[in-house]
Amino acid sequence: MDFKSSDTIPGPRTEDRLPHTAEAAVKIVIVGGFGVGKTTMVGSVSEIRPLTTEETMTQAGIGIDDNYGSASKTATTVAMDFGRISITDELVLYLFGTPGQERFWFLWNGLFEGALGAVVLVDTRRLEVSFDVMGRLEERGVPFVVAVNTFPDAPRYPMAELRTALDLPEEIPILDCDVRRRASSRDVLMTLMRFLHSLALKGALT
Amino acid sequence: MTPPRRQRRSPGPGRPAAPAPDDAPTPDGAPAKEGEVRNPERLFVIGGEGGGERADIDLVTLIVARADPPVSATPEQAALLRLCAAPLSVAELSAYLSLPFSVVTVLLTDLLAAELVQARAPIVRQKVADRNLLEAVMHGLQKL
Repeated sequence: MDFKSSDTIPGPRTEDRLPHTAEAAVKIVIVGGFGVGKTTMVGSVSEIRPLTTEETMTQAGIGIDDNYGSASKTATTVAMDFGRISITDELVLYLFGTPGQERFWFLWNGLFEGALGAVVLVDTRRLEVSFDVMGRLEERGVPFVVAVNTFPDAPRYPMAELRTALDLPEEIPILDCDVRRRASSRDVLMTLMRFLHSLALKGALT
Repeated sequence: MTPPRRQRRSPGPGRPAAPAPDDAPTPDGAPAKEGEVRNPERLFVIGGEGGGERADIDLVTLIVARADPPVSATPEQAALLRLCAAPLSVAELSAYLSLPFSVVTVLLTDLLAAELVQARAPIVRQKVADRNLLEAVMHGLQKL
């Protein structure tokens, strides 16, 4: 046989290849509950069609969760969609949309530890879904901003009320967004970057 | 109408994990992608001596092949080496190869030891972030 099976594996399209000068990458994590729009947000700003990386949760990864702890050989596959934005010829930004449950996070070594920061995407119809995520980011010292994906039928709260409900200090930005729109998703990322920049300035002063 | 309320937490060691929120499919019956239960479908040859240390590889470590696949390479190694003729992140390798991140990590550990690939480490968050880096990212986003 002339063809190895590996010849059939699709690689990146020519336009999706990174230049040889690409030296380093940074990442931002978009975290939120099911159906809140993480993948849509990734897709609206990514220069590549969003891709999916998977991890298999096996016995070793179960521990805390009896739902998956049955003695059968079923393994749970957890998928995470991601996209990419080339910043310069040397620097690449990756965006990962990850489920809100912490037990998924450790599957991808260093997902949050190395990230520049995180976007917590919330849906006001299910605000409480995001509470635990924010708490865990706070515990880990991961800087984040909160983006409210404005679904048409979702309740609208005044920002001040939302800030109180989310118990967020004044300096943490909250903003509305429509993740289907590239400009809106980009504004969310810019808000996160400005926030990180302000933290860096503060850090440099102290 | 008042929204539900939460209470802020402070940095520190993780607390005992709360009972996991239910991962039931969405009410409309559509399968939830995250937490989806599937049977394992594929077996892969990852080679290696087994039991060894894994290389310190991040999702966004950029991998570049340093050589053509040797004849001794497994199909998975050969496929990986062909994919990263130009730099590619570990996440992208995992996606294109349809292999779990951990399996790609094991493959790469061997390929790094054999000096068949080069790994370009990511820039990770520091206590005091590099402002030049943040400004470069902002500038890049502005062009979007």
